[in-house]
Amino acid sequence: MTKTPLNTDNIIQRVLDKDIRAAGRLMRWVDDDLDKVKPLLAQLFEHTGHARIIGITGNPGAGKSTLVNQLIKELRQRGKTVGCIAVDPTSPFSGGAILGDRVRMQQHALDSGVFIRSVATRGNLGGISRSTPAIVHILDAMKFDVILIETVGVGQDEVDIVRLADTSVVLNVPGLGDDIQASKAGILEIADLLVINKADRDGMQRLRRELRTMIELGDFEENDWKPPVIETIATSSQGIDNLADAIFKHLEWLDTHQDQKHEVELERHHHYIGLVAMGEIERIVQHERASERWSEQLEKVRTREISPYEAAQTLLSYIIEAKR
Amino acid sequence: MSQSTPSRNYRVLIGKPGLDGHDRGAKVIARALRDAGFEVIYSGLHQTPEMLVNIALQEDVDCIGLSILSGAHNTLMPDVVKLLNEQGASDIFVFGGGIIPDEDIPKLKDQGVLEIFTPGTSTSDVVEFLTKACEKRHS
Repeated sequence: MTKTPLNTDNIIQRVLDKDIRAAGRLMRWVDDDLDKVKPLLAQLFEHTGHARIIGITGNPGAGKSTLVNQLIKELRQRGKTVGCIAVDPTSPFSGGAILGDRVRMQQHALDSGVFIRSVATRGNLGGISRSTPAIVHILDAMKFDVILIETVGVGQDEVDIVRLADTSVVLNVPGLGDDIQASKAGILEIADLLVINKADRDGMQRLRRELRTMIELGDFEENDWKPPVIETIATSSQGIDNLADAIFKHLEWLDTHQDQKHEVELERHHHYIGLVAMGEIERIVQHERASERWSEQLEKVRTREISPYEAAQTLLSYIIEAKR
Repeated sequence: MSQSTPSRNYRVLIGKPGLDGHDRGAKVIARALRDAGFEVIYSGLHQTPEMLVNIALQEDVDCIGLSILSGAHNTLMPDVVKLLNEQGASDIFVFGGGIIPDEDIPKLKDQGVLEIFTPGTSTSDVVEFLTKACEKRHS
């Protein structure tokens, strides 16, 4: 094991050499949003694009971590190496987080073909952290075959995962009654695969009927992918092989439908470029807030000489001019 | 939103190595650290030192907290320190808690364990100690 300290000059090579410590550290830098990271990630990008990205989402308590754990096991048996990003919420009050998804993924801790990273949302909405796309790039560059992303269980608003994943898996559980009705619309739009987990519970038949009806009512064209409904009992690994089959079937479908595949890829990069640009703008504005001219504008708004809208416009024009 | 939120979050792994299943202490500490703004990765029960060190590297934590109530601290804690050194990760510091006899504490510290917190320690003392130690690590 090399003992040279990690620095910005050697970290990318060491990530490409699959050095666990280097990868862990680079992910930390990404999460902390340090300025030095962007040029590094830019170097890494040409080594990405091989991994298949699978998003797993669903309500809190739907069994995402348990299912992901079983899926890792199944994928390993099929000879695939697996990177996994497990996202948990940051406390809005303290900024801290308890990242407990690993508790259900212990059996993979010594397998060099598995890399699990716990990530906190750090205030980001949409089910994943702002850092998640870059962490995917890092795992991709380390040549993991499949990258599983387990989102925060926030309910119906985890659309960000769709833009990032090749295949989005949405977990449902029987017995939630009217909640199912409420979540239908959102679920259909983002799911490539629908899973009924805890399929041994009361209400399974009804849920299956509802999901199937919902799909039948969907506006699918002949060439469209129609989400299958897969039943699993993740705690006893039942149905996991079917789930893995369905995932690979969807990936194959993407490979044979280039138009759809390009759309997925375009949407992914389109979204990410926007995200990076927004971050940059936020940083510039944050920096501007400490400036003299900001204080000047602020005072003018306080005395109601100008409106906040005019102040913002003036400050923006300063920034744009300085950038020219 | 809180103003005390640090721009950089310290990350800590709370581990339960060995065979005892008493994780209340570990969970209390995890919660206290979360409330102080730490990102806490909890390993779950029955981990080996090898598993914990591998997790620590993947998660790039600042420190590992080991909760041991089985009496096996004299082997498990130094094992974690030794494995970290072997991986070139001696900058990740190790602290411990649980039922640790007073006479064992100096021996553990000699073997590289930074601090031991025994029953009765207030969580705010633990938080303060770790915050300082993490600050020092990043300075």
